Amino acid sequence: MKYVALVYNNPGAFEALSQAERDELMSEADAYLKEFTESGELIGAGSALADPSTGKTVRVRNGLPAVTDGPFAEAKEQLAGYYLLDTESIERATEIVTHDPAARLWAVEVRPIMDTAGAEM
Amino acid sequence: MTTRAARGTEDLLRQLAPQVLGVLVRRYGNFDVSEDAVQEALLAAALQWPDQGIPENPRGWLITVAARRLADELRSEQARRRREERAAARVPADELVAPPPGDERRAAEEDDTLTLLFLSSHPSLSPASQLALTLRAVGGLTTAEIARAFLVPEATIGQRISRAKQSIRASGMPFSLPPETERAARLRVVLHVLYLIFNEGYTASSGSDLQRSELTSEAIRLTREVRRLLPTDGEVAGLLALMLLTDARRAARTRADGGLVPLAEQDRRLWNRSYIEEGVALVTDALARTPLGPYQLQAAIAAVHDEAARAEDTDWPQILALYGLLERVSPSPTVTLNHAVAVAMVHGPRAGLELLRTLDGDDRISSYHRLDAVRAHLLEMAGERAAARASYRSAARRTTSLPERRYLEAQAARLTGGR
Repeated sequence: MKYVALVYNNPGAFEALSQAERDELMSEADAYLKEFTESGELIGAGSALADPSTGKTVRVRNGLPAVTDGPFAEAKEQLAGYYLLDTESIERATEIVTHDPAARLWAVEVRPIMDTAGAEM
Repeated sequence: MTTRAARGTEDLLRQLAPQVLGVLVRRYGNFDVSEDAVQEALLAAALQWPDQGIPENPRGWLITVAARRLADELRSEQARRRREERAAARVPADELVAPPPGDERRAAEEDDTLTLLFLSSHPSLSPASQLALTLRAVGGLTTAEIARAFLVPEATIGQRISRAKQSIRASGMPFSLPPETERAARLRVVLHVLYLIFNEGYTASSGSDLQRSELTSEAIRLTREVRRLLPTDGEVAGLLALMLLTDARRAARTRADGGLVPLAEQDRRLWNRSYIEEGVALVTDALARTPLGPYQLQAAIAAVHDEAARAEDTDWPQILALYGLLERVSPSPTVTLNHAVAVAMVHGPRAGLELLRTLDGDDRISSYHRLDAVRAHLLEMAGERAAARASYRSAARRTTSLPERRYLEAQAARLTGGR
């Protein structure tokens, strides 16, 4: 099963860390990505996302596009990055994510990705 | 843009792959490096043969090319080690390239394909690694083909294969059939791996995932091979029959737009008659001659479905009896789920719903969308439209399959309005 791991934090949370904490986070994150890429469970690199204030949200209503600045949801916690997992079960996926330093500092949501395969009933 | 020449080459390569790998491992005793060398030889052949023609002795060609790659690899590994060793203790490095003695003397009748299947599905490997290694080492597929079939990057499949080979190397598993005492249990794992490969391909919707559905024919091909090697094993025959009897319905199970068609509504004229005949003959013979097993029983159930000219002609009492046996031989929540459908068809929906209730507290299945889907179906049979609709909705929310969600939402929508 494929899952997307969605990292959420307060915009600015990374900048709020001390230089030492940031360095530690980066090296922990590198080790984490390496370990589970080598186990064949973390697939593709994933990405960190730029600050939500740099994004735009697009809506088309009655055929007319409306583009607004900033994120879709007015929430305190915003999507900060994502990566893909391919594991036996969601239990295994969440177990892997417990090793993500982002889960220690902030929160990581694990969501199944819909499959185009299916069984007839 | 597969040309006929490329297609012919591909079939031949897949057939020869395990033989060539077997020869190399016997000769050089290094499964890990031999497997890489064979993969490279297969890629070279896939590039050259369609243009230059298939060589007179294709097996010999592959062995020669793979052995050359292997020698190169071992030589560079030896050179690397020699450099490392010069810096550290001085150990003669000759033994690193010398083939281990005795391997050529192995009984000739032992079939390498079987040994490779056991090795590739060793219980110490993760299922994902078992599938990938089986398809590459025994099936002769390339890493890229496997990656396309499983919809993951090629690098991921490469990681899974090298991880699997690391485990094999670390455990010091010999290149031989497992000891007699372990063989039955290990064969069950081999069959399960083949079953998973089949299922991965079968559930792919025919239109959008052609690469993936190729796994079905690959699983059938490999299971035929196991059957050739172990002709008296009832479960091998049962699994092959199950695959054939299931795949027989492939053309009828999806609509042109990818929508799923339930068994009862399939156009049975589209079913593959020759697969059904072959599957029925296999399972009938196995049931008569060998100890009962779960694959034989599942194949027997599939055979009863496939033999009904119309859905309403289905011999449900026989299916019910077979599920009763399956619950005894190999109980699982999924078996109970299907059993409940058979109970409902024979004794009415209330009896089926009662059996389903035994699964409510079962963590293995209580959040599984199929429990809700079956409950919805039985509630509808019982005339409880509102409850059925709620169960279809719940199933639609829980499934992670797009075509299943679409089907389940359509069922719920069908029950909206009316009484």
